[in-house]
Amino acid sequence: MTFLEYAPAPESTAILDLKSEYGLFINGGFQPGNGEAFQTISPATEQQISTVSCADEADVDTAVAAARKAYEKTWSKMSGADRGKYLFRIARLVQERSRELAVAESLDNGKPIKESRDADIPLVAAWFFYYAGWADKLDYAGLGSAPRSLGVAAQVIPWNFPLLMLSWKIAPALAAGNTVVLKPAETTPLTALLFAEILQQAELPDGVVNIITGAGATGSALVNHPDVDKVAFTGSTAVGREIARSTAGTAKKLTLELGGKGANIVFDDAPIDQAIEGIVNGIFFNQGQVCCAGSRLLVQESVHDEVVDRLKQRLSTLRVGDPLDKNTDIGAINSATQLGRMRELSDIGEAEGADKWSADCVLPDEGFWFPPTIFTNVSTSHRIARDEIFGPVLSVLTFRTPDEAIAKANNTPYGLSAGIWTDKGSRILAVADKLRAGVVWANTFNKFDPASPFGGYKESGYGREGGRHGLTAYLAPAKTAATSTRPAVKGSSK
Amino acid sequence: MSPARLTVPKTYKLYIGGKFPRSESGRVYEVTSRKGTFMANVAKASRKDARDAVLAARAAVSGWSGATGYNRGQVLYRIAELLDGRRAQFSAEIARAEGVSAAAADAQVDEAIDLWVWYAGWADKYVQVAGNANPVSGPFFNLSTPEPTGVVAVVAPQGAGQGSGSLLGFVRAVAPALVSGNTAVVIPNEQAPLSALSLAEVLATSDVPAGVVNILSGSAAEIAPWLAGHADVNAVDLLGAGELEWVDLQIAAAETLKRVSPPESGPDAGAPSVERITFFTETKTVWHTKGLL
Repeated sequence: MTFLEYAPAPESTAILDLKSEYGLFINGGFQPGNGEAFQTISPATEQQISTVSCADEADVDTAVAAARKAYEKTWSKMSGADRGKYLFRIARLVQERSRELAVAESLDNGKPIKESRDADIPLVAAWFFYYAGWADKLDYAGLGSAPRSLGVAAQVIPWNFPLLMLSWKIAPALAAGNTVVLKPAETTPLTALLFAEILQQAELPDGVVNIITGAGATGSALVNHPDVDKVAFTGSTAVGREIARSTAGTAKKLTLELGGKGANIVFDDAPIDQAIEGIVNGIFFNQGQVCCAGSRLLVQESVHDEVVDRLKQRLSTLRVGDPLDKNTDIGAINSATQLGRMRELSDIGEAEGADKWSADCVLPDEGFWFPPTIFTNVSTSHRIARDEIFGPVLSVLTFRTPDEAIAKANNTPYGLSAGIWTDKGSRILAVADKLRAGVVWANTFNKFDPASPFGGYKESGYGREGGRHGLTAYLAPAKTAATSTRPAVKGSSK
Repeated sequence: MSPARLTVPKTYKLYIGGKFPRSESGRVYEVTSRKGTFMANVAKASRKDARDAVLAARAAVSGWSGATGYNRGQVLYRIAELLDGRRAQFSAEIARAEGVSAAAADAQVDEAIDLWVWYAGWADKYVQVAGNANPVSGPFFNLSTPEPTGVVAVVAPQGAGQGSGSLLGFVRAVAPALVSGNTAVVIPNEQAPLSALSLAEVLATSDVPAGVVNILSGSAAEIAPWLAGHADVNAVDLLGAGELEWVDLQIAAAETLKRVSPPESGPDAGAPSVERITFFTETKTVWHTKGLL
C-alpha cells in the first residue's frame, strides 16, 4: 500500500524559554531541593532538556508547612468568589500560553503535538474554567449547605498526561478551598514547573499551590506526611494499594485513579468506519499509555476478520515518529522502563500462543519507540488479556452473544472504562447497565470533559474526578457525615 | 391446676443463603442476659462459614441489584411490616438481653421499624439525588448514575447496653447497604446477637431474596479479618469495629482496594443518612453519541 509522502512539519521549540535548571516551587518561589537533582530528557531523542531538583523529606515538610500556613491564613478565609477569580485567571493564562505548554509537553512526554495541542492543553484550560465557577457555589455540590474544605491536599500524578492530570487535581482542590502540595512524575516535571510560573503571573497567594519534584520516595514522603488531610493519587494499582495501606487508620480522605484493562466491544451491526477509528483512538491515543485505554477489543465473531483486516490497513497509515511533527500520529514511549515492560509483555503474548502483528514502520534510531501492534487469537487467560500493558498493543478477543461479551468485559479485577459499538440504542443501554466500569463510551472512546465524572470500579480505584462528583472529593459536609442528614425517626412509644 | 407451662426455647443459628445452618465448625458460645442468666448457645461462625456467606452474597448480587428500585423499596418496607407484627417478641428479647426497661426496648424496636420504612423509601430516589446529567462540550448525552458496589462486609455495632441497641444498631448498619442493591455479610453484636438472629426470621419471610443478608454470629475479632481480606468482597463497613484491630482490617482490605467505611461510636453511630447509602455505590458515567440530523 502506498500513500502520499509527507514533508517534515515540526513545531518550533523557539517558543520555549526553558531554564537549565529548576528548583522546587514552595511558598510562591523556587528553591533548590536537598535531594540529588536529576535530568529530564526528551524520550524521542534521549537529549537532556533540563535539570530538576529532588525533594527529600525535609523539603516535603517545608512544602506541607507552606500549604498549611496558606490554608490557615489565606485560602480558607478567602471568599469563594475570589478563589474562583484566581482559577479563572489561571484558565486564561493557560489559554494564552497554550502553544508553549503544548510544545513543552510533547518535548518532555513524547506525545504527538497534535494531541498536546488539541487535547491535553485545551482540556487543562477547560478544567480550571469549569471548577473556577464552582468556588462560590459549593452549597450546590450535594453535601448540604456550607460544606467544609479538608485542608492540605497531597497530590501525586503520573507521566502520561502531565499537565492535564495536574489540572484534574489542582482545580477542584482549590475551588473547594484546600491548599495543595503536588508532585509530578519524575520523567515529566517540565509543564508542572512552567505551570508554577503561571501561578506567579496569576499572583496566586504564596503557598496555596506548592510543586515538588522527585521520584517515588518523594511521593511516599508526601502522602505519608502527618499534616496532610487529603491524598489524591493517579498511577499504578500497585502504588495505589500501597497508599491505601499506609493511609489506613488515618483521617486522610483518599482518591485513587489506578490501572485498567478496558474492553472495547464491537457488535456486528456497528458502524464499521467509525468503530475502526474508535478502536484506533481507544488504544493508540497517547501511544496507549492511558489508564482507560480500550486495550481489549471484544469483537463479535461474525465481523472479526473484517474488523481485523480494516484495523491492519488503518494502522499501516499511522505515522510514527517525531512528537513535535504536526503530522505525527504515534509519538515516543515515555521512558526506557515503560518500553521494557511493553516488550516483555509482548514477548509473553507471543510465547503464550497469540498471533502478533505490528505495523511496518521505520522507527527512529534514538529514543524509545514501539510500533502499533495487534495480537489476535488471544484467549482470556493470556497475560496480554489480563495485565495492563500501558502501550500501543491491542489484544483481540471474540464473542458470540451479548451475554458473552459482558462476561468477558467484566472478567478483570479492573473496572475503569469500556466501549460499546452498535447501531442499536436499546442494546447500548442494556449492555452499559451490565458493565462494571466507571466510564462507558457508546460509539465513541477516550472522551474527557471537566463536567463528566471519571473513575473506576474495583481495583481501578475509588473516588471520581470531574464534574460535581469530583468536587465533593475535596469537601466534607458542614457537620460530621453521621449527623448531617438525619431524618426525624423516633419511636412511637417514647 | 396444672403447673406453669414449660417454654420451648429457640435454637439460634447462623443465617446464610436464606437458610439457618449451625456453624460447620460445630462451635457455639454462651450468650447471657445482662444479669448473667443463660439465654442461648449461639452458633459461633468459622472462616468456612464466612466464605460460604460471601459465596451466597455474591450469588445474590445480580438478582437484588437487578431488581427495580420500586421493587427493592417494597421488599424493604415489608421487613418493617413483619417486624411491626412481631414487636412484642423483639421487645421482650431486647429487654432481657440488654437489661433495659420494657419502654426502652419498645422504643428501640419502633425506631428500628421506622428506620426500615425510611430507607425503603430511598430505594427509588437515591439515584436521582446522587446522579447527574453532565453538560459536556460536545455532541454527547452524558449521564452519571450510582450503582451498588456488590458484596459489603459489615461489622455491626458491638457491646450490650451501649450505643443505639443491638437491633437498632444492626438495622442502621445493614439497611443502607441494601437500598442500592448491595448484598451483605454481617457480623452482629457479639455480646447481644439474639435480636439480629431473630431478625433473620423476619428477613427470611419478607421476600428478601436468599443471600441478600447473611448473618454470622460469633467472634467479631476472629471472623472480620477473613471478610476484610476476601477478594470477592467489594466494601467493608467497619461501623462497629472500633474496639477491634480495625486498622489491620483496613490494611487487609487494601489488598483488593475495597471501599472502607470507618468505625463510629456512641449513640449516633451509623445514624441514618444518604451518605451511608451512597458510600457503598459506584458512579458510572455513560457517554452516548448524538448523531447528525
